[in-house]
Amino acid sequence: MNVDQQLIDQLAHLSRLSFDAETGKEMVHDLNRILSFVEKLSEVNTDGVEPLIYMVEETNVLREDVVQLEITQNEGLKNAPKKDSDYFRVPRFVDSE
Amino acid sequence: MYKSLAETRSAIESGETTIEGLTRYYLQQIADKSSLNAFLEVFQQDALNQAIAADEKRKLGNPGKLNGMVIGIKDVLCYKGHKVSSSSRILEGFESIYTATAVQRLIDEDAVIIGRLNCDEFAMGSSNENSAYGPVHHHLDPNMVPGGSSGGSAVAVAAGLCLATLGTDTGGSIRQPASLCGITGLKPTYGTVSRWGCIAYASSFDQIGPMANTVEDCAIILEVIAGPDEHDSTMIQKPSPAYSQLLKSEGPVKIAYFKQYIESEGLDTEIKAYVLQLIEKLRAAGHTVEELEFPYLDYVIPAYYVLTTAEASSNLSRFDGIHYGYRSKNATDLESTYKLSRTEGFGKEVKRRIMLGTFVLSSGYYDAYYSRAQKVRRMLRDHTNNILNSYSFILMPSTPGTTFPLGGKSSDPIQMYLEDIYTVQANLCGLPAISIPMGQHSNGFPFGVQLVGGASKDSDMLAFAARLQNDFV
Repeated sequence: MNVDQQLIDQLAHLSRLSFDAETGKEMVHDLNRILSFVEKLSEVNTDGVEPLIYMVEETNVLREDVVQLEITQNEGLKNAPKKDSDYFRVPRFVDSE
Repeated sequence: MYKSLAETRSAIESGETTIEGLTRYYLQQIADKSSLNAFLEVFQQDALNQAIAADEKRKLGNPGKLNGMVIGIKDVLCYKGHKVSSSSRILEGFESIYTATAVQRLIDEDAVIIGRLNCDEFAMGSSNENSAYGPVHHHLDPNMVPGGSSGGSAVAVAAGLCLATLGTDTGGSIRQPASLCGITGLKPTYGTVSRWGCIAYASSFDQIGPMANTVEDCAIILEVIAGPDEHDSTMIQKPSPAYSQLLKSEGPVKIAYFKQYIESEGLDTEIKAYVLQLIEKLRAAGHTVEELEFPYLDYVIPAYYVLTTAEASSNLSRFDGIHYGYRSKNATDLESTYKLSRTEGFGKEVKRRIMLGTFVLSSGYYDAYYSRAQKVRRMLRDHTNNILNSYSFILMPSTPGTTFPLGGKSSDPIQMYLEDIYTVQANLCGLPAISIPMGQHSNGFPFGVQLVGGASKDSDMLAFAARLQNDFV
C-alpha cells in the first residue's frame, strides 16, 4: 500500500480535517510508515475465521422504556459555541432564494 | 503520608487526622508540586465540602466504603458542573452536564474527588506528551515521562498528591504508566465498569480502572465502581462480587508465561532477569510456572492500531464545532466550520489516528485492514482463552523498559506504539490485567510486572496479585 498526497486529501475530506502542504507531507510519511507496520496482519491465515465484533457475551440488554428527564434543553445548549434561546446556531447552508 | 486506605482509616480512627485535614494536606501537596503538571484542575471547594460531609458521616457511625479516600480522576471522566477536556483544545471550557457512573459511585461511598488529572489527548499516547496542556513530568526526574495515557493519574499517586486515582485503559493506559511510576494499576475485564460518562476513544477496548499504591486499594475501588448500569448496555449483567472481601489466595497455582515475550529483543535485559527470577521464586514456593509458545506477539500491536483507530475515527466525529466544544473563528460556511474547528482543535496524534481509522474503514480497504484485524482479534482471544482454561494466570512484563526522556520517542509513532507491546493483549481479548511494582532498575527508576487473568475472574487475579505484592516482590 502506498499513500500519496491524493489519498491524504481524500481521507482528510472524509475525516473533515485539512492539512497544509507541510502537515500533508508529514501525514503521507506517517501513514505510509504505520501502514507498512500494520500490513504484518496479512501474514496471518484468517480463512474461515469470523470477525470479532462484540466483547461481551450478553445479547439484547434491554430496559423498560420509561420517560425520564435527564438533560434539559438549557443543559443541552450550555456548551454550544453559538446558540440562541432555543437552537444551536450554524452558518447559513441553504440559499435564501 | 498514608499509603493505603487501611492506614488512612486507622489514622483517622486514632484522631491523628480528619478527612478534612487530609484533604487540606493533599491540596497543599498539589500546590507545592504543581510543576509536575499532574492536575489540570483542583476542585478545592467541592473537595473540602465532601471531606467535611465524610467526616460527619463517620462520626454518625455510617461511613461509606471509601470514607477517608481522596481520589483524583482522569480528565476523560464527566463530573456534573465541572470541566472536562480530554486534555484537548477542542473541549476547552466544556463543563459536564452529567456525572460518569464510576465517579458517582465513588461519591456515593464518601470518596473526596480532589481534581481532574492530565493525560494524553483523548487518551491517545504512551508518554503523556500529547496533552494540549503540556506534558506531565515523572515524579523522580522532571526530564523523564510518566508514561501514558493516564500519566497524571500515575504521578499523582506516586508523588503523594492523593491516595488513589481513576484512569482509563484502552491498550495499556493504566498499566504502562503504573509500571513506569512504581504504582499498582488495574484494568478490569471488559464490561465490568460502566463507560457512561467516560469520553470514548475506542469503545470495544476502553475500561475505567483504579490506580493506587496497593492491590487492596484497587480492589476496594473496583468493588465500588463495578457492576451493571442501565446507561451502558455493553456491560456484563451479572452483579459483580465484593472484590475486597475475596483477597485470600491459598495453595499452589498454575501460571503460564510466553517465550516470545521474554525473549523479545525490545525487552530490557534487567527487567527480563527480574521476571525470570520471579518465576524461579514462584516455582520454589510450589507454584507451577510453565513456558508456552505465543506465536502472535508481532500481530498484537498492528491489530490494536487498526481497530482502535477505526473506532476512534467514528467516536471523534461528534466533535463538529457546533454542538459543544471549540468552533473556529475562521469558518465561513458549514463545511469549513467542521474542517477548521477539528483541524485547529485536535492535536497531531489525534489527527493521525483519525486519518488511519478513516483509511481502514474506507471502501476498498475495509476488508484488507479492518475486517482482517477483527478476525485476528478473534484468533488472539480464542488462543488466549484456551491458555487460561489450563492456567490461572499469564505472567509477563508490564513494559519493555523503564521511563524514557521527554521527547525521546515522540518523533517516531511506531517506537511509541511499541511501549504497549505487553499490555494490548488484555484489551484485544477483553481480559483483566494488573501491573504491580516489581523493583528498581539500576538506572534508579521503577518498573512493574503484569498478571493477566481469565475473563470475569478479576477477583482471583486480584487475590493472587495481592499475594505477589505482599510475599514475592
